[in-house]
Amino acid sequence: MSVHEQLAEDLALHALGALDDAERQKLEKHLEECVSCRRELELLRGDLSLLALTTAGPQPPARARQRLISAIAAEPRLPAAAPASERQQRSWWTASGWPALGWAAVGLVLVGIGLLWQNSTLHQNLASLRAQFADQGSKLEQANQTVATLLDPEAMKIELVAVGNKPQPRGKAIYQRRNRNLIFFASNLPPLPAEKIYELWLFPANGRAPIAAGLFKPDARGSATVVNPPLPADVEAKNFAVTLEPESGSHESPRGTPVIVGVGE
Amino acid sequence: MPSADPNAMTSDMALVTAIRSGDQGAMKALYDRYSSIVYSVALRVLQDTGAAEDVLQDIFMQLWRNPGAFDASRGNMAAWLAVIARNRAIDALRRRRPEDDIEEVAVSVEHDLVSEADRSRIMDKVRGALQAMPAPQRSALEMAYFEGLTHSEIAGKTGEPLGTVKTRIRAGLLSLRKVLTA
Repeated sequence: MSVHEQLAEDLALHALGALDDAERQKLEKHLEECVSCRRELELLRGDLSLLALTTAGPQPPARARQRLISAIAAEPRLPAAAPASERQQRSWWTASGWPALGWAAVGLVLVGIGLLWQNSTLHQNLASLRAQFADQGSKLEQANQTVATLLDPEAMKIELVAVGNKPQPRGKAIYQRRNRNLIFFASNLPPLPAEKIYELWLFPANGRAPIAAGLFKPDARGSATVVNPPLPADVEAKNFAVTLEPESGSHESPRGTPVIVGVGE
Repeated sequence: MPSADPNAMTSDMALVTAIRSGDQGAMKALYDRYSSIVYSVALRVLQDTGAAEDVLQDIFMQLWRNPGAFDASRGNMAAWLAVIARNRAIDALRRRRPEDDIEEVAVSVEHDLVSEADRSRIMDKVRGALQAMPAPQRSALEMAYFEGLTHSEIAGKTGEPLGTVKTRIRAGLLSLRKVLTA
């Protein structure tokens, strides 16, 4: 059996695009050197194009034609340059005013170089943006996982205290003035009395009235979280506190009992 | 008797030349002539009218942007567009980026497909060859061509040995050739 006969089945599969990668690479190497197999592959592809044509029947909906017409109208094309064969028939040197054309050619070359440089720069920028995007995507994923862990009510939360000490109510506020981001964690809070709720307060550094920063109820273990409550822009914080308030909250200013207050960093 | 279709006498190459000049009317004429072929092939592969319309739009927009991709050396335009439609639809089906540019596709067809009547005559032959094939042979060929499955995937799907699948596909193509050259 000749090599070509052995490859006949693979050629048929290759024409269909049905070879696995390794077999395809092996066959393509053979095709580079074998004219008769290349010709046979062309014929097979031609036969298969007829197989594709047997599907003819359904007409595309009218909206598809309108969609194309709108798209080509939105993308008008300038007449294309003449084919190379036509261009070669015209001699620049027989045309009048050739020096001007010469300068035009130089200009075109310079424009071409400029466009090539611009194209190269754009490709570099695109590659850089893709790398940044991938990097930021990775960081975002990490951040999402961190936040999800912190906020997961089922995640185990254990506070460590000095040996012999009873865990005390405590809280941690992390505030970013620039973006108005506030994350607050509390632990060991006493269970809420009936018709009461905890309220977080931001105390501005300019001495103005405290700003309500969220109502919350702790879970059975006394833990609670407040994430990004609505806050006014650009407020520098001096301190934070949690008070025990009526169930509807106090909002305007703390009226209830302070439970925990900030001690600064 | 004059043709009812004002574009009927315009050759494909004349339309392509006009499109090169930015003639939107020529583009519409080419679409009217071949959109059903492109759409039918894409629909057969994708089994989804919306996805087939997307392939149709994509191919004709590429032709509008780059009409020079087709020239006489690419073969017959109907066959060329059918192959491009099949390849693009398989790419869409497998959710992968287009594997080849339309400029890289060339189709060698030794039959005259210019007129509707010629195409119809050849298609009757191909359909006859398909119907005459044993069902497993036809099925293997169609799975490879219209579903874009590799021979290993076909073997996995049908539970048949790899060698059998290869032989069936090869035999199917030989049957097709025999009918076409008769």
